[in-house]
Amino acid sequence: MTKVFVSMDSAALSMGANEVAQAISDHAAKSGLDVTVVRNGSRGMLWLEPLVEVETEAGRIGYANVSADQISELIAAGFLSGAPHDSCLGLVEELDFLKNQTRITFARVGVTDPLSLVDYESHGGLKGLRNAIAMTPAKIVAEVTESGLRGRGGAGFPAGIKWNTVLNTESDQKYICCNADEGDSGTFADRMLMEGDPFTLIEGMIIAGIAVGATEGLIYVRSEYPHAIDVLNQAIAIAKEHKILGGSVLGSGLEFNLEVRIGAGSYVCGEETAMLESLEGKRGMVRAKPPIPALVGLFGKPTVINNVMTLAAVPMILADGAASYQSFGVDRSRGTQVFQLAGNILRGGIVEFPFGITLGELVNTVGGGTHSGRPIKTIQIGGPLGAYLGQESFDVPMGYESLAEVGGMLGHGGLVVFDDTANMAKQARFAMEFCAEESCGKCTPCRIGSTRGVEVIDRIVAGENQAMNLELLEDLCEVMTDGSLCAMGGLTPLPVRSALKLFPADFGIKVEVK
Amino acid sequence: MSNYSEESILNFLGPYKGDGSTILRSLQLVQDLLGYVPDSALDIIAKNSNVSRAEVYGVFTFYSDFRSTPPAKVVVKVCVAEACQASGNASLISELHDKGYDIHKGNIKDDIQMEQTFCLGNCALGPAAMVNGAPIGRATCERIFAATSAVTA
Repeated sequence: MTKVFVSMDSAALSMGANEVAQAISDHAAKSGLDVTVVRNGSRGMLWLEPLVEVETEAGRIGYANVSADQISELIAAGFLSGAPHDSCLGLVEELDFLKNQTRITFARVGVTDPLSLVDYESHGGLKGLRNAIAMTPAKIVAEVTESGLRGRGGAGFPAGIKWNTVLNTESDQKYICCNADEGDSGTFADRMLMEGDPFTLIEGMIIAGIAVGATEGLIYVRSEYPHAIDVLNQAIAIAKEHKILGGSVLGSGLEFNLEVRIGAGSYVCGEETAMLESLEGKRGMVRAKPPIPALVGLFGKPTVINNVMTLAAVPMILADGAASYQSFGVDRSRGTQVFQLAGNILRGGIVEFPFGITLGELVNTVGGGTHSGRPIKTIQIGGPLGAYLGQESFDVPMGYESLAEVGGMLGHGGLVVFDDTANMAKQARFAMEFCAEESCGKCTPCRIGSTRGVEVIDRIVAGENQAMNLELLEDLCEVMTDGSLCAMGGLTPLPVRSALKLFPADFGIKVEVK
Repeated sequence: MSNYSEESILNFLGPYKGDGSTILRSLQLVQDLLGYVPDSALDIIAKNSNVSRAEVYGVFTFYSDFRSTPPAKVVVKVCVAEACQASGNASLISELHDKGYDIHKGNIKDDIQMEQTFCLGNCALGPAAMVNGAPIGRATCERIFAATSAVTA
């Protein structure tokens, strides 16, 4: 029997992977070939999708950008035994793009069948959970604290400290809420993990539940991710059936239940308190902090809120120990980060590296520069609320503090590359426009300031009273930064100010920018 | 709400009876069932959840997914966020405009509705689009209309 892998990741589907998988099955059935098509996650080499991998004795041989109408030709050429072809990449795991990475969170993504528990366990799955069950809650929390794991959603708060707060808060009910409202443009790591290795997230959430004494877990997934929702629901059903979820997790007597909740098209619901409101069935209005959700969270109960990437890192930490995870990274940024190479980039997709890799290495060495072949003008890191950085920041090592030093932020690790045709006044205007569109409306600087921001930028670009309007914009940015409860209004000035500072010519500025 | 009576919707929302925390999910259920949320459903949900109509209306209008009128047979979502801007979505948007679809307004033409969305999570293969839930990477007018004709055919 020949095993052929065709990804079922949304990105692969968007390039015709379903049609390719179907064509292989059809052709095999017609010709009486013994072929099993496995629908795996994506390796993250999205520019090669649909990527077809054929299992051979030497390993998995890849064929890039395969289309359905190519299948009969490929089979005739002997691709089912890994024969050479124009589209043949050779051994997939020997490709520089993959070989040079350190895949911890994404170790199984693209390798295994996402919905096969057998595959999951044979690739190290459930080891972390089994270890956790044998530990005291305080010991689990200590392990996560020692690993140095920080919140991968953007804020970078140490996960262990958050967990410790929930553990030490008495309550009849506690919750684990996974923030899978991955709304930042240029980020798709959460989606790829949920579609490509959902059991890792489920395992991470169960460990979190056992650690803090929570029996209920919710995953808040955005409605723009129908495939991720579908895969998660299937994975949860399988986990229940095998008693990994439910009244007695793996026979331990410990309870943990898990449910998927779907968003409804609101960006601000990715902010943790707005997400809680939405989970309670309400408008996604941001709450004031304090009290922090770890003390007063969902329905007023102590709640751990972590991003998908944070929770998905937990099983490996518990399986291999805090020291192993901690050994990767630099300074106070420990472990690995899943970077998303997006926008105008030649080799776009997912890469996982220890912190410390530089921006230039990521976009040039790994990403291959722009897709258009033109020079890189700027990179926006960390989503719509992240700063635009230029070539002068290419030597900056990726980490929470090092990026903050150059006025940027890591956010969720998404890098959006723009070539030299980008107009940064347009990008700054879009940042304000997006804020106006998605603001929950609670804070005046965000609700009204964003609309005024669009108008002021328009006046600057039109050359109206530039000195005064630049001062006004600066004032407005300051008020939004200092006077908004959450990052929506608070960080929108980041892309605006950085665009203005780096590329004043795009705004038609004739006066000096402070 | 042609084929659905108040009773059938109430029946459908049964598990959520008397629980104010299920307003959002009730709205989602009705939209899944009918394709949109008719005005009368707001009253039904309010009654079922034991909250005021104003509260239901507030939730309904907060989230951009909800529709107050039936959707077209094909709904195309076109991403307008940064990564797709960097990948040159402007020319795609203007070509769609020339064909009679203003994605910012979301007008319906020939039973196809095209609307803007902020990020579909396919940011390395932009411009990204989605046709009735099926993702399209490196979207062009041709690829989008090939997908819509597959639905309308």
